[in-house]
Amino acid sequence: MSKDMMAGFELFQPDTLQGAVDLLARYGDEAWALAGGNDSFDWFKDRVKRPSYVVDLTGLTELNGIREMADGGVEIGALTTLTEIENNSLIQGRYSILADAAGRVASPQIRNTGTIGGNLAQDARCWYYRYGVDCYRAGGDTCYADTPEGQNREHCLWGANRCVAVSPSDTAPAMVALDARMHIVGPDGEREVAAEDFFIGPDIDIERMTVLEPGEVLTAIRIPADWAGSTFYFEKVADRNTWDFALVSIAAAMVVEGGNISRIRMAAGAVECVPRRLSVVEQVVTGQPKNEATANLAGQSSVRGATPLNFNHFKIPLLQNLVTRAIRDA
Amino acid sequence: MAYKLIGSNFVPPDIRGKVTGSAKYAEDFRVDNMAYCRLLLSPIPHARVRSIDTSRAEAMPGVLGILTAEDVPAQPAPADPILTNEPMFIGQPILAVAAVDETTAHDAIDAIEIDYEPLPFCVDPLESLFPGGDDARTDGNVVDNRLTGPPSIRQMKWGAADFAAVNEGQLPTGEPAAEWSYGDIDAGFENAALVLDESFVTAGMSHHSMEPRSAMAYWQNGKCFVFGSTQSQSFVIPDLANYIGITPQELVYVAETCGGGFGSKGSAYPVMSIPAHMSKKIGQPVMMRISRAEEYYLGFARTGFQGRIRLGFAADGRITAADVYIVQENGATVGFPDWPSAGETVSILYQPPAMRWRGIAVQTNTPPRSAQRGPGHNQTVSAVEPLIDKAARALGIDRYEMRRINAPGREARFGENQAPVTSCYLQEAMAKGAAAFDWENKRALSGQRNGSKVTGVAVSQAFHPAGFAGFDGIVRLTPQGQLHVHTGIGNLGTYSHTGTSRIAAEVLNCDWENCVVERGDTRKNLPWNIGQFGSNTSFTMARTNYVAAMDALSKLKEIASIDLGGEPDDYDIGEHRVFAKADPARGLTYAEAAQRAIELGGKFDGHELPDDINPMTRESATALAGTGIIGVARDNLPITGQPAAFVAGFIQIELDIETGKFDIIDYLAVADCGTVIHPQGLATQIKGGGVMGFGMATLERHIYDPQNGLPGTVGLYQAKPASYLDVPETMRTDAVDEPDPQSPLGTKGIGEPVMGAGSAALICAISDALGGHYFNRVPITTDQIVNAAAGRDQSHGPLQVNTA
Ligand SMILES: Cc1cc2nc3c(=O)[nH]c(=O)nc-3n(C[C@H](O)[C@H](O)[C@H](O)COP(=O)(O)OP(=O)(O)OC[C@H]3O[C@@H](n4cnc5c(N)ncnc54)[C@H](O)[C@@H]3O)c2cc1C
Repeated sequence: MSKDMMAGFELFQPDTLQGAVDLLARYGDEAWALAGGNDSFDWFKDRVKRPSYVVDLTGLTELNGIREMADGGVEIGALTTLTEIENNSLIQGRYSILADAAGRVASPQIRNTGTIGGNLAQDARCWYYRYGVDCYRAGGDTCYADTPEGQNREHCLWGANRCVAVSPSDTAPAMVALDARMHIVGPDGEREVAAEDFFIGPDIDIERMTVLEPGEVLTAIRIPADWAGSTFYFEKVADRNTWDFALVSIAAAMVVEGGNISRIRMAAGAVECVPRRLSVVEQVVTGQPKNEATANLAGQSSVRGATPLNFNHFKIPLLQNLVTRAIRDA
Repeated sequence: MAYKLIGSNFVPPDIRGKVTGSAKYAEDFRVDNMAYCRLLLSPIPHARVRSIDTSRAEAMPGVLGILTAEDVPAQPAPADPILTNEPMFIGQPILAVAAVDETTAHDAIDAIEIDYEPLPFCVDPLESLFPGGDDARTDGNVVDNRLTGPPSIRQMKWGAADFAAVNEGQLPTGEPAAEWSYGDIDAGFENAALVLDESFVTAGMSHHSMEPRSAMAYWQNGKCFVFGSTQSQSFVIPDLANYIGITPQELVYVAETCGGGFGSKGSAYPVMSIPAHMSKKIGQPVMMRISRAEEYYLGFARTGFQGRIRLGFAADGRITAADVYIVQENGATVGFPDWPSAGETVSILYQPPAMRWRGIAVQTNTPPRSAQRGPGHNQTVSAVEPLIDKAARALGIDRYEMRRINAPGREARFGENQAPVTSCYLQEAMAKGAAAFDWENKRALSGQRNGSKVTGVAVSQAFHPAGFAGFDGIVRLTPQGQLHVHTGIGNLGTYSHTGTSRIAAEVLNCDWENCVVERGDTRKNLPWNIGQFGSNTSFTMARTNYVAAMDALSKLKEIASIDLGGEPDDYDIGEHRVFAKADPARGLTYAEAAQRAIELGGKFDGHELPDDINPMTRESATALAGTGIIGVARDNLPITGQPAAFVAGFIQIELDIETGKFDIIDYLAVADCGTVIHPQGLATQIKGGGVMGFGMATLERHIYDPQNGLPGTVGLYQAKPASYLDVPETMRTDAVDEPDPQSPLGTKGIGEPVMGAGSAALICAISDALGGHYFNRVPITTDQIVNAAAGRDQSHGPLQVNTA
């Protein structure tokens, strides 16, 4: 249960990426990479996660900032704050969907310190898991949310696999829609992973939300030029208009030519443990006129196969409506 | 009547500190050698502590002491214990550890091993009332906490037959714990053209006070000093002294500022005595900071209702009978009597000629319940106002008209005894609001569609009692020519400590620059006053400050007559002088008169005191004796009715039926609060109450997992009070501004119904936008609106609690 009193740990503040990677590798499971701390401190204060060694990444200036890439895409350092992304003219101009998504995260205070890396790598927000119960995701052998009386309003429509938590990140669906690449540096070198593959569900690893291995650092997100300046739609529905996680969010990037949708990528947040790529919708609407009829068809097809829990079936009409709006109103 | 001070704005003496950060809240106080304590909170909803092993903790460097239930006075069941060996909810304090710092204290807590025997628990009152259902406590499941005597606990079960219609969503109405009625109810229903019979649920919600209930304490010269977080000042002292185990005279209590209480800090609460006990044990000052999460665990919540109301209506809209049943979710301890307030609210707002109220407060293993802004009243209007709309629709009557037809007037009657009220201008508030809001034209917008958005408009009413009588006042005129108003009311944050002090200044015709408000600290010699709760201050404290000022006034005139001849009645006051009416040049300044009072002694300077004042007032006045003219008196002014405050609310929203989200386009509320004492303060109350009401109506959540008794809303982001982006940028406020005849300058309270008006208005507007869809539930959260708009069933069972 929540304790609100951080336990002591040893803090490292490396100023090179290599130094950070070395430290994380040295302490393995006992180490924790820290960026803005908005997710981490929650765990620390409740003493649910108690790393002995905390590696503060914020001194790694090389992981900061937004740069234009040679191909016309944009590279965003993992330590860039959500506020910077929200207000950056390059992002606003080419990928407004990401500026919109970043601007809908949490509250201004959290956006001012919260980093894009931390936002993408954040842990699940299932309230039982956060409470500190011994559920599957916490290494235990039960799920508290997926029970006859479990309070699972915020939980998943798809991908239940011992765990029914959802992806809580607002920027994650936008990254999937933009087909962003995650640049990762670890003890074994560098690698680049597509946003869609970066996030993983409980079927792959129930104790992690991303492919990041212990010791690996997300250094940058590279957004290819493909979708720059296309037609975007982002909408997040939460109970409150600020300082609240999504009940459902939708992110779509599309190219509309002569009134027809020629290309589209679409992802939904908070309906699955990963941002849910809506491939069926993409297939249904590609080549179709961007009109109300297509929009309705898109909405209907988006919820096929959804398997609601006791308290979250409202997410079905909500997702359907958001997908409809994405096509209709973008 | 035009006043010099009453009705105008002022700069509250504590505002600079609040804005600059220099104001001191409980956790800002520091003293030498201060230790810190942390609490070990129960991790299970109901258990018996079999044994506690503190050996590892005690061996840790920096640990100074451990306090358990054995070390503190036991409280009579069902009162909240200070510490307990039978925790009854998750987060209940079992023991405290003091150490050199908080981290050490908490490390020690983690090293303590407790052997618990888990006991049955329950988070739904109806489950507990069902035959064989689990009780939240070993000594029973039903508490009588009406303020008519000491609270009691017993076991009550209903028969299975009572639950026959529960699956259809009808509240079972078995044997109540209390009931009253008046008039011929059966005839009322028989003669009705329309009868509504509706069951509903209102959620208990946390208070979200910005300042958690931290406290610091130390012992010095035979006195215990406590720096706490309470809405009230003098009223706290007897109970707090009792929790500590000392006499009120041995307690010095400091509560200069309070970062919100909303009812949860109205009086003393047991945990605030822990630093005093710990300090005594370890011989050092002790600071206990309560964290945000802890505030959610042990910091109280509003009670929840599972209710049923039957309302009979004549064809013309007049209510013919009302029948109210409230099953109250009362937490595991004494809770609060919201349930009777539900009956009173229905009786006053709709003036049914015949009515019955029944109720029962049932224990659950959830956070302790206390008053929360409009306790009972605001749940009731949130649940019942939409049903008034439902009846209006069924009868084809305008919703404003429906309320006007039933609204209380000057002859309003209240509750079980159909007692009179001191004043009622609800009809005037409604009319004023309807005109300013332009109800005539706005209602035509109802249901108007703009894309996915639908307009909803609504009107609402709310009520709360608004005052008490019989407390004491002290004012002091000094040889420096200053008026000191000693007020023991407290600092809830409404600035009414000062607003009502200005009544004394008004009576004595003092310039405000020459007035000092003494408050927030026992050492300021404060009178016995009621707590700052129950929308009472502007009535109760108007009376105490008035009688104390009148006492000072008569002493001024008497001194003048002694020194300058004639009778006291020959004298008048003005410009800080008491002077002969016949020859205004002949007189004494207040400073001179105060000096003379000291020379004359006796009653003039507080050496002789009235017999009927409270011992606390006597002690304070005695300490002040010899420092000037002491005006001191008990409020013996006549009172022949229930002071009552009313609010009318008007709202326009746009509801997006695709997302369940809404925007409040316009909100206007008009208060019947008697004479407006402080326009800015009033506007802030109306708006702030509105915001809190909007949260209550739609956003705030209170989740309990029924299988494990786990709380799901233990942070601001989980419990979701309204944010600044959820409420309109501007809200309109107004007041009837008609004096209450039983308040000396006409003022009465308003702090609570302002919330109910906001909540009920928004709920009614959402129903309106959905074409008259009634949720019979508070709050109406996004998911419920989405489901309703999509024509889907709701996830929660009809009477299920703690799901939103
Ligand atoms: C009250 C509250 C409300 C919130 N609301 C929202 C919301 O509405 N929408 C939303 O999307 N999020 C929300 N968040 C979640 C989240 O904390 C913030 O969005 C923030 O972006 C996290 O970033 P950070 O830098 O502070 O993360 P940190 O806490 O520093 O890190 C989060 C996680 O990512 C890891 N990490 C961070 N950076 C790296 C890196 N470069 N490489 C490898 N691993 C890394 C850390 O080890 C940690 O596990 C909310 C959080 C809180 C506390």
